[in-house]
Amino acid sequence: MAASQGREPAIELINVTRRFVSPTGKSLTALADFNMTVERGEFVAVVGPTGCGKSTTLNLVTGLARPSAGEVRLMGGPVNGIDPRVGFAFQKDALFPWKNVIDNVMAGPLFRGRSRSEAEKSAKDWLARVGLSKFLHHYPHQLSGGMRKRVALAQTFINEPEILLMDEPFSALDVQTRTVMHEELLKLWAERQASVVFVTHDLEEAVALADKVYVLTAGPATVESGYRIDLPRPRVVSEIRYEQAFIDYCKTIWEDLRQEVETSYRRASEAA
Amino acid sequence: MTDITMAAGYRPGTSDTEIEAAAQARIRRRKQTVLFWQIAILVLLLGLWELASDMNWIDPFFYASPSAVVARLQDWALNGTTEGSLWYNLGVTMEEALIGFVTGSVAGVVVGIGLGRNQMLSDIFSVYIKAVNSIPRVVLAPIFIMIMGLGLASKVALAFVMVFFVVFANAFQGVREADRDMIANARILGASNWQVTRTVVIPSAMSWIFASLHVSFGFAIIGAIVGEFVGARFGIGQLISIAKGTFDAAGMFAAIVLVMVVTLAAEYVMTLIENRLAKWRPQQSLDTH
Repeated sequence: MAASQGREPAIELINVTRRFVSPTGKSLTALADFNMTVERGEFVAVVGPTGCGKSTTLNLVTGLARPSAGEVRLMGGPVNGIDPRVGFAFQKDALFPWKNVIDNVMAGPLFRGRSRSEAEKSAKDWLARVGLSKFLHHYPHQLSGGMRKRVALAQTFINEPEILLMDEPFSALDVQTRTVMHEELLKLWAERQASVVFVTHDLEEAVALADKVYVLTAGPATVESGYRIDLPRPRVVSEIRYEQAFIDYCKTIWEDLRQEVETSYRRASEAA
Repeated sequence: MTDITMAAGYRPGTSDTEIEAAAQARIRRRKQTVLFWQIAILVLLLGLWELASDMNWIDPFFYASPSAVVARLQDWALNGTTEGSLWYNLGVTMEEALIGFVTGSVAGVVVGIGLGRNQMLSDIFSVYIKAVNSIPRVVLAPIFIMIMGLGLASKVALAFVMVFFVVFANAFQGVREADRDMIANARILGASNWQVTRTVVIPSAMSWIFASLHVSFGFAIIGAIVGEFVGARFGIGQLISIAKGTFDAAGMFAAIVLVMVVTLAAEYVMTLIENRLAKWRPQQSLDTH
């Protein structure tokens, strides 16, 4: 990326190891000597077999968890606690069910000490962008799954994160809604040019959205391989999947991923 | 009767308004049937009691009868009790119960949330709380009365301990059940520890806390009345105690009816408040009661 030359990458994980120790003292290694770099403005997708430590990677970047060894750097600096430049999109619904749509979106700015009127103005602006201006005073339970995801995106984007982490954000949606959300996300991303790490187990989703796809090994996770996806932007997610280049990328990466999935599956059935 | 949502068996060409009208009529009929049976059962039970007492199937001296209970209530209301005005006695019990209820639940919520948010404190104190919680609260009545005397303070203290542990346990559990992703979301959005507690933990513990408030008002009344049994000058418990001493069955039942009515009224008010506070919660799609 020309724009990022001469600047520190947005995210660097350098030889990171993350161990979990259970209350009884047993240790489990989720990540081992993990190395990954995300350039500024780059959209990176991470795929890997289930339970391989994808979510752990994201938690290390948010500062919610610390590495057992190695180093995590954001914009060239070390991670100290939760970084205000980071936004996070959850797999599950993490909206506050007791707040209506606009109060949910206003939460971020209010937490950060901005005035109510300012927060309200900017929340209305973001809700208009995700097409929910008519639902300001609805509660989350009154919305469909897709609408709730859009509220969640507005809630995350209103803080204008420079680094956006997404943990299988659309996996609970039906296929049509998911495609709509992909376009929505790419549109928002194109306006802001944040650096994105998008974790998913859906390879086609990864290839359709990302500049770069990392394949992780079955746990403890290390980067098995990285692929640059040179599909032109702006992309139309609903149509891109029929293009030959897209299919070729999927085939190549799947060869890699399949081995890891099989390893992980074999281990799980051995353990059972 | 069971299936209200299915509008089966309509002739083709029936309009939506007709179907809706029919469905509404059916819901109304169902409500009326429920109400009818509720009243019918009450009348039947009271009638049986009255009849059994009149026919001497049961001894009216010990079991009284609904008419005797009503007569006693009327007498109390109009002429006062042996211990002074009925309303004054009721007021005394309510005052004890309410003060105990309010202070007990506030303390329970504060301590429950405090310990729920702090792993270290809860690890240290959990053993003490378990130990104190295993004491049947009513055995404290004589001690409180010995220390604080026959007046208000001893009953409030008993109502307080009755309420505190129920509310505390629920508030604590409610805090522990708060969704981890929701907390992580708030923290990443920029919330401080206190903001997380205020905007995520407390609201999500609220339904647990309210569940405990419903039962604990009844507990506060128990505390006040048991305290009055053990030693008091006024109050409903004292009325029951005197009625017992004079073998006045009607008097005892009359006092029980009074307490029942008051507790039901408090429960109703609490439900109203809860529904106002919990308007974000999904409604049941069809009202079946």
